Amino acid sequence: MSERPQPSSGCCASPPAPCTLDAAPRGARLRLERVDGERAFRRRLLELGLLPGTLLQVVRVAPLGDPLELSVRGTRLSIRSAEARQLLVTVLEPA
Amino acid sequence: MTTPDDAPQDRADPEIVSQTDAEEGREARAEGASSGGRRAEVAILGNPNVGKSSLFNHLSGAQARVGNYPGVTVELSQARLTLAPGREAWLTDVPGAYSLSARSAEEQIALGVTLGLGERRAPDVVLLVVDAGQLARHLYLALQLLELRIPLVLAVNLVDEVEGDLPLGRLQAALGVRCVATNGRTGAGVAELKQALLATLDEAALAGVDDGALGAGAGSSTLAPLPTPKYPSELVAALGPIEAAIPDAWLATPHRLSAEDSQARRRALALWALTSIDDQDELQGIPEALRAACRQVLEREELPDVDLEVISARYAYLDALVQGLAAPEAAPLTQKLGLTDRVDRVLLHPLFGFLIFFGVMLLVFQSLFAWADPAIGLIESGISALQDWVKDVAPSGLLRDLVTEGVLGGVGNVVVFLPQILLLFLFVGLLEDSGYMARVAYLMDRVMRSLGLHGRAFVPMLSGFACAIPAVLATRTMERQRDRLLTMLVIPLMTCSARLPVYTLIIGALFPPSTVLGFLPVQGLLMVAMYLFAILMTLAAAAVLGRTVVKGRRVPLILELPPYRVPSFKALLRATLQRAGSFLKEAGGVILVCTLGLWVLLSFPRAGEPAPGESPEAHQAAALEQSYAGRVGKAIEPSIAPLGFDWKIGVGLIGAFGAREVFVSTMGLVYGVGEPEDEEAAPLREKIRSEMNREGKPTYTPLVGLSLLVFFAIACQCMSTLAVVKRETKGYRWPLFMFAYMTALAWVMSFIVYQGGRLLGFG
Repeated sequence: MSERPQPSSGCCASPPAPCTLDAAPRGARLRLERVDGERAFRRRLLELGLLPGTLLQVVRVAPLGDPLELSVRGTRLSIRSAEARQLLVTVLEPA
Repeated sequence: MTTPDDAPQDRADPEIVSQTDAEEGREARAEGASSGGRRAEVAILGNPNVGKSSLFNHLSGAQARVGNYPGVTVELSQARLTLAPGREAWLTDVPGAYSLSARSAEEQIALGVTLGLGERRAPDVVLLVVDAGQLARHLYLALQLLELRIPLVLAVNLVDEVEGDLPLGRLQAALGVRCVATNGRTGAGVAELKQALLATLDEAALAGVDDGALGAGAGSSTLAPLPTPKYPSELVAALGPIEAAIPDAWLATPHRLSAEDSQARRRALALWALTSIDDQDELQGIPEALRAACRQVLEREELPDVDLEVISARYAYLDALVQGLAAPEAAPLTQKLGLTDRVDRVLLHPLFGFLIFFGVMLLVFQSLFAWADPAIGLIESGISALQDWVKDVAPSGLLRDLVTEGVLGGVGNVVVFLPQILLLFLFVGLLEDSGYMARVAYLMDRVMRSLGLHGRAFVPMLSGFACAIPAVLATRTMERQRDRLLTMLVIPLMTCSARLPVYTLIIGALFPPSTVLGFLPVQGLLMVAMYLFAILMTLAAAAVLGRTVVKGRRVPLILELPPYRVPSFKALLRATLQRAGSFLKEAGGVILVCTLGLWVLLSFPRAGEPAPGESPEAHQAAALEQSYAGRVGKAIEPSIAPLGFDWKIGVGLIGAFGAREVFVSTMGLVYGVGEPEDEEAAPLREKIRSEMNREGKPTYTPLVGLSLLVFFAIACQCMSTLAVVKRETKGYRWPLFMFAYMTALAWVMSFIVYQGGRLLGFG
C-alpha cells in the first residue's frame, strides 16, 4: 500500500499500527486488516464484503454508546462494539 | 405415464396440489397449455431492502408485503405469474438473504427453496433481484446460484437510484445470464423481465437435450460459459469426502444437467456445507454423514482459513467483474446516501434523534389508544344495535340468545380489533418502508438487548399498551422465530386498554378519592403504579424467559441501515388490508368459538322464569350462580381464597376471559345490579363497598382490591390474545404455556400481596 504514514488521533499512533475497530477514530478512513469473531458472524461480515483490504469508516456511534454505524462498500451497516473489537483496522487518513 | 424420460415433467405432484390448494386444480386446463406439461416454478430471491417484494407485486399483481427492512417477508408468499398468454408460472417470494450460507433454520430457507428440499418443488428458474448501485455485494448471491447451476435471471433493480447507464450488456456477457433493468416502484422493466424468464425457462427445458437436435439457432442463444471463482487448490482437493456425502435429493434438478454441470453443482454444495455446517449450527435436515465429512475437513490443520478463502475467492472474481463493467458503483450513490446521511445526522442525533423517536412512538401509541376509539365505539354500538334488532324481531328463547350473545357477540369480539390492527400495521409498514424501523432497532439496541430482546421488539411492545392482539401480530417484523416468540410471550403483560375499566372500577370502589402529601391523588397514583408495575413485570419476564424457556444463542447484531425511501402508499394499504384479512380468517374462528364456549358456560344450565316478586336483576344473579360458570367459580373458590377472592370474583374472572373489561359487566350480573349503564358503574361500586362475607366482614377491603389489581395486571385473561398467539406460533403449545405461566405468576404475586398485607396488619 502506498499510503503515507499519517499522524493520527486516538489509539492509533503513527506509523499506522492496527487497532481494533471499536477504538478507531470516528470519521477516519480505515482499512480492514483482519476479521475475527464467532464463525457465523464473521462469515456474514465477510460475505457482506468486509474482507481484509476493504476500506471503511465509522460514521457514528448510537446515542446510547452502542452499536456503531459503519460505512462500507456504499452501504451502512451497524454492529456492536463487542463485535467490533474483533476487527482490526489501520487508519489511512484521520478524520 | 409415458416414457421414463418424460416422467419428471408429466407426473402430477400430489404434494404441490395440496400445497397450493384448489387453485391448482381450477387452473388445470390452463396448465395443460403451458409448455412442459406443468406450470413452471419461479423463485424470487435477493438481499433484504432490494425491492424484491414490490417487484413480486408488479409481476403478479398479488398481495405481498413490501418492506424496507431486512427480513420483512418472513413467510413465503406465492402468486400466479402470467409470463405470456397460456404460459403460467408460480412465483414464490423468498425471505431476503445476503447469501445462501446459513447458521439458523431461518437462513436455511433460501437454500431449501432453491434446491426444492422438503415439500417444495425446486424452482425452474430463480429471479434474482440486485441493487444497481451495489453490484459486487449483490452479485455474491448470483455467483452462489450460478455455481449451483441454477437457471437465473437478474433483475437489476433500483435503477432510479444510480446515475448513468448500466452496462447491462457487459454484465450479461460476463455472467452468462439475462439481465434486465427494473424499477420496483414504477414497474418499469417488468415486461422485459417476463420475456427473460420465458427465454431462460425454454432454454433450461432444452438443456441436456442432445446438442445435435437443437441446431445452430438454439445453440447461439446459449449465453457465455458459467463463471467459477478460483478457489485454492488444496481446498478443492479436500472437498472430495464432502462431495461424496451430498444427499441425492440436493443434486436433483428440474432441468437436466450435463455431467460437467452436475459435478460443478456437487462441488458448490460441498462448499456450502463446508462453510455452513459446524458443531454450533442450527440447521435442519443435514445428514450425519455430511456433518462428519465437514467436521473432518474443518479439523485438518494444514488447510487455510476456509471461510475467508472461499469468500475472498468469490469477491476477487466479483470485484474484477464489476471493475471490468465500469459500473456506476459507489459514486452515483453518494447523492442518495448523502441525503440519507443528512437526515440521519438529525434522526440519529443524541438529543434530537431521541426527541423525534419519542415523538414518533407517541404518535403510534396515541393513534392506537385514542384514534382507534371512535371506530371501536362504532363497531360496538353497531353490534349492540344488531343484537337489539334480533331481540325485537325474534321470539325469546335459546336460539335468540345463541344468535345475540354467542354469534353476534363473537363476531363483535373479532371485528372490534380491526381498527387497532389496521392502524398499527399502517404505522409499522410506514416505519419499515421508509427505513426508519432499522433506525429504531439501532437506537434501542442497547436497551432491548440487555433484556434479551431484539431492537425491533420495541414497537410491538409499545403497542401492547393499547392492545396485545395487534401487538402480537406485529412481532412478525422480527426475523428470528426466537425473538418473535419471546416478544409475544411478554406483550400481554403490558397494561392494555381493556384493563382500564377494571382498574377504574376497583380503584374507584375501594380507594378513597383523597390525596397524599396534600396534592397527590391516591387513585391517580395507584393507576400510575399499575402501569409501572406492568412494565417491571414485562421486563422481568423477558429477562427470565429469554434465559430459560426461549433461550437462544446470543446473536451478534449485523443491521443494515437502508437509505431512506418514500413508501408506496398503495403497497402499504394493500399489505395492511392483507394482514387484517388474515387475522379475520385465521384468528377470527378461534375467537368466535371461544366466545360461544364462554356464553355456554355463563348461561347454561338455563334458569327458569323469574319467581313472582323476584326482580329481573336478582333473577339474573340467581341464574348466573347456578350456571356452569357459577359452579366453576364456586369450585375454584378454595384456590383463589388465599388471594382474598370469593366465588363471585371467580365468576367475574371466568367472564373476563372473553375480554378483560367484561369483568365489570359480569360482576354487575353476579351482584344482581344489572349490567352497568356507564363507566362510572355507580350501583356496582356501591354494592362492592357494602358486600359482606359469611363472617359479616366486608368482602372487599383495599387489600383485596390491590390483590385483584395485581391479578388483573398479570393474568392472561384474554382468549383473543391466546388465539393470535396460536395463529402466530402455529400450534397450541405456546398459547398454553403463556396461559400457564401468566396465571401462575398472577396467583403468586396476588398471594404475596394479600397474605403479605395481612401479615402486616392491613385488610
